[in-house]
Amino acid sequence: VVTPDELRRIADVADKYALPMVKITGGQRIDLLGARKEQLPAIWEDLGMPSGYAYSKAVRTVKTCVGTDFCRFGLGDAIDVGIELERAMEGLHTPHKVKSAVTGCPRNCAEAYVKDIGLVAVEGGWEIYVGGAAGSTVRKGDLLATVGTGEEAIRIALAFLQHYRERGEHLERAYGYLERVGIDAVREAVLDPDRQAALIERYRIAKAACDPDPWRERAAPVHPRQFSELDSESELDLVALAHS
Amino acid sequence: VTARHCSTVVPGDFDSATVASWTRVGTVDDVPLLEGRSVEVEGRRIAVFRLPGGWAAIDAACPHRGGPLQDGIVADSCVTCPLHGHRFDLGSGAQQGGGAVVAVHEVHERAGELWLRVA
Repeated sequence: VVTPDELRRIADVADKYALPMVKITGGQRIDLLGARKEQLPAIWEDLGMPSGYAYSKAVRTVKTCVGTDFCRFGLGDAIDVGIELERAMEGLHTPHKVKSAVTGCPRNCAEAYVKDIGLVAVEGGWEIYVGGAAGSTVRKGDLLATVGTGEEAIRIALAFLQHYRERGEHLERAYGYLERVGIDAVREAVLDPDRQAALIERYRIAKAACDPDPWRERAAPVHPRQFSELDSESELDLVALAHS
Repeated sequence: VTARHCSTVVPGDFDSATVASWTRVGTVDDVPLLEGRSVEVEGRRIAVFRLPGGWAAIDAACPHRGGPLQDGIVADSCVTCPLHGHRFDLGSGAQQGGGAVVAVHEVHERAGELWLRVA
């Protein structure tokens, strides 16, 4: 979900830096492609919004359909549940990337069946699918549980995420981990009330320690030449110089 | 972007026969330990790395698909290309687990400044 104002700001930045391509991604992010490294801190400064984590072994943006308000088929509020799930997960690092989606009915517009974590609204509740994929491996996720509310679905998704964070091997996608560990073992760990509570507690500790906007570092670089080469300067520094 | 000019001023204690071929490319503080930064010298983009035991310089473009080797992760005197994971020894330029080679250049530290000579 974006506001017209945010879209305008993104368009202004694309114009200002003459970025060669603007593209909507499958994860419903907006790509600004072809920027030079030196431009990045200044671009993020002008955008004034966190990046969508399209890189690193971390949780990606949550894809959703339009949900119930503007779709005659919608059974569950995919927008609100998706936003809440994304807020709950953003910034967490994981053994490999974690794609997820929330879709408002089994027509599956948000492709939740083929995500690492997928929530699907059904009559009377939500289904949680895990271990789906639609990249070099195509796999429909396994149904982990069916629950009554979006809140419960998010809790189970987070418990699953934490179990994967703890048990998944480096560079092992959720489907690989699921096939190695087995859906029954995962179900037992994630659905047992005590073990689920423990997973959620450890998730909370990890979440409290992470920063959903890695580009805040632009204001206090780890190293003065973090964003420049030997023969170039960060454009943010140049702007600061011009104003000083 | 204003390019920082690379001077070709002669450092005092270099061999006079070869001195003209050395280019000042920056200061030691420009490159953090175990990282690389690139610089253009004689029309070539060269990656300069700071290692625990000194300095290394290789062609910045990965021979595989042109990836920026200066942005690669440095470990065990090797750099791993950020694009497709090809790994090169920073001393010899030889690819690890493959037959490719990147050109290795000379880089010296003098009075806090970095001087480079293209091979």
